[in-house]
Amino acid sequence: MGLDREESVSVALEAGRRNAIYIFEAMGLQVCSGEDAFATLMILLWAAFACAGPQGGQKWTGQVQVVRQSTEPISAFKKTMKIHEYQAKDILAKYGVAVPHGEVANTLDEALEVAKRLFSGGAKGVVVKAQIHAGGRGKGGGVKVAKTIDEAQQYAEQILGMQLVTHQTGPLGQKVQRLLIEETAAIDRELYLGIVLDRAAAKLVFMASQAGGMEIEEVAAKDPKAIHKAYIDPGVGFQPYQARELAFALGLKPTQIADAVKFMTGIYRAFIETDATLMEINPFITTKDDKLFALDCKINFDDNAMFRHKDLKELRDVAEEDPLEVEASKFALNYIKLDGNIACMVNGAGLAMATMDIIQYAGGMPANFLDVGGGANQQQIEHAFEILLSDQNVQAVFINIFGGILRVDTLAQGVVAAAIKTKVKVPIVLRLEGTNVEEGRKILKDSGLNFVVGNTMQDAAEKVVAAAKGAA
Amino acid sequence: MSVLVSKETRLIVQGITGREGTFHARGCAEYGTKVVGGVTPGKGGTIHEGWPVFDTVHQAVEKTGANVTVIFVPPPFAADAILEANDAGVPLIICITEGIPINDMVKVWNVLKHSSSRLIGPNCPGVISPGKAKVGIMPGRIHKEGSIGIVSRSGTLTYEAVYQLTQRGIGQSTAIGIGGDPIVGTTHVDALQLLNEDPGTEAIILIGEIGGTAEETAAEYVKKHVKKPVVGFIAGQTAPPGRRMGHAGAIISGGQGTAAEKMKALKAAGIHVVETPAAIGETVARVIGK
Repeated sequence: MGLDREESVSVALEAGRRNAIYIFEAMGLQVCSGEDAFATLMILLWAAFACAGPQGGQKWTGQVQVVRQSTEPISAFKKTMKIHEYQAKDILAKYGVAVPHGEVANTLDEALEVAKRLFSGGAKGVVVKAQIHAGGRGKGGGVKVAKTIDEAQQYAEQILGMQLVTHQTGPLGQKVQRLLIEETAAIDRELYLGIVLDRAAAKLVFMASQAGGMEIEEVAAKDPKAIHKAYIDPGVGFQPYQARELAFALGLKPTQIADAVKFMTGIYRAFIETDATLMEINPFITTKDDKLFALDCKINFDDNAMFRHKDLKELRDVAEEDPLEVEASKFALNYIKLDGNIACMVNGAGLAMATMDIIQYAGGMPANFLDVGGGANQQQIEHAFEILLSDQNVQAVFINIFGGILRVDTLAQGVVAAAIKTKVKVPIVLRLEGTNVEEGRKILKDSGLNFVVGNTMQDAAEKVVAAAKGAA
Repeated sequence: MSVLVSKETRLIVQGITGREGTFHARGCAEYGTKVVGGVTPGKGGTIHEGWPVFDTVHQAVEKTGANVTVIFVPPPFAADAILEANDAGVPLIICITEGIPINDMVKVWNVLKHSSSRLIGPNCPGVISPGKAKVGIMPGRIHKEGSIGIVSRSGTLTYEAVYQLTQRGIGQSTAIGIGGDPIVGTTHVDALQLLNEDPGTEAIILIGEIGGTAEETAAEYVKKHVKKPVVGFIAGQTAPPGRRMGHAGAIISGGQGTAAEKMKALKAAGIHVVETPAAIGETVARVIGK
């Protein structure tokens, strides 16, 4: 819906190349090449076409390939981007937030080197931590404390390359491809700090709690008063008095208050300057010698703001994501894999969610969420088919399109072509409504392919559930 | 009757010379909306598709007497466009753009809070008062003039509801797409209040989705203030927690924002909650006795 980023890019692609270059030059900008220029160029494309509108019929695809020179998918920004703990700590450190001494290791040799360096630097012990994008690593055996170099080596051997299973990874687990080796700290207290958006108040809220190490949702459910909050006015930002109030509420010692203010201010600056949507320091610890450290750190970024953070984009680790979702993101398709056997293809996020709901209501289980957007073309529908069908669980496909701006006959042509090209074997049930619906239905009927057309959304949902059961 | 947009609407389009802006300016005008001009910085003084183009919103308002603006500006510049419209005193600002950074919207919202201008959106299809004016990207021809008000976070789901009504011969007073972002200028409650106070609106459809607690707040409002029948639907009953379902705001986090919770709150407020989107039309027909 609306003026989508990917849509805007395809707008640019349709315009004449010469005009596009002319516009850039008129704006005093050079058409540049290379990976680094890509994000900047995307913005310029939008700007240029907002100013100039479409001109000419020449395709501009060639130019964009030159500009990209990379396999990075166009819509890499679209997915929620998560990063590893070691990357999050690097970011915090840049903003003056104290983190334990440590380094990332991609191999056993590197792990051993880091451990040796830390021990020779005076560390009493080191923590070997699996770096995967999921919580609950400790319980799954992905975090171990070593008192000696030999122990560190032993744990590194155990953890690196293991399939780490936690409550967030699913039963297959996630392969550990890197480790963070860190100096241990003499923990005195474990506390919690976090910044999130309060949607109802439309403000960021800084949270602090003495219940460190616990999930904050659990704390909120059990004892909401244990969470201290400071609402941040976006005009002036997070103020020192707010940090002091939180620090005193945490029961920090007078000698720790100044450090705590610096610590919290650093977190807030990191949050704002990286366009984060969530930042959690859990646990935030005090040591026996009165120091403060971020022992663990979680950051989520705002996908919509990644156009102004090229450096953060590079922190993405595709190996941690679902391969089908990565594939879908290359074609500007909004796809989320689920566990059922009925694949769905829908235009619009709300209708896509509602389609999943109606499948379940009819007694089936959706295999995915897929929003093809308001202006899906034949190629996108083809790619969508390929992605839907590469999920081995899929027994039937449900296409639910409300053609408002997208005409139903155009869509039907795309579906027929895509079905032929991708050699679809499973039954396809369609429910089409909107502009030129009669022509669309005729195209499906005349194709000779085995499409089932539902009269209403309910009817189509029942038909697809029956088809999936018949195929299973 | 209707709310927000009507025959009195004088519309300007921010980003009128862009592809989306041009296409939908035409669409709104074809529907009968008075489109009086547009804004594209650097193109002031030119004529685009018969409409005068201005460099700034201030100039556009001064010269055309515009009272509504619709924004088709790309995400990096959209927050700025909203603030410009607000500064120019446009009473109704409708922002279609999807993908505005959340921190930009936090700032915008806290400025608009102290303003007399109203923002609808962002990331929304816009507002339509069938038979009177259309300001947005919705397909006008599926609508029919009548007395059902609609407020929704989702575009296509709104079209779905409208279509089901129109097919049954039931018309709509105003359909308000409030947008799928975590922070929107006009919430469910604000829109409900407008429709509740509109004498031309007989019943209301409330379409929500997972994420946040806006639907729960809306349910409380309905319980206290709304005497008109309300039909409700919540999308995302099967959505897994922690995943963003297309809309930036559609995410269940920390156990909050589930469809089950929202449906429970709606039911407790006496709202006619439908289990599937296919039942919206027939339920409205039943509650208004048609």
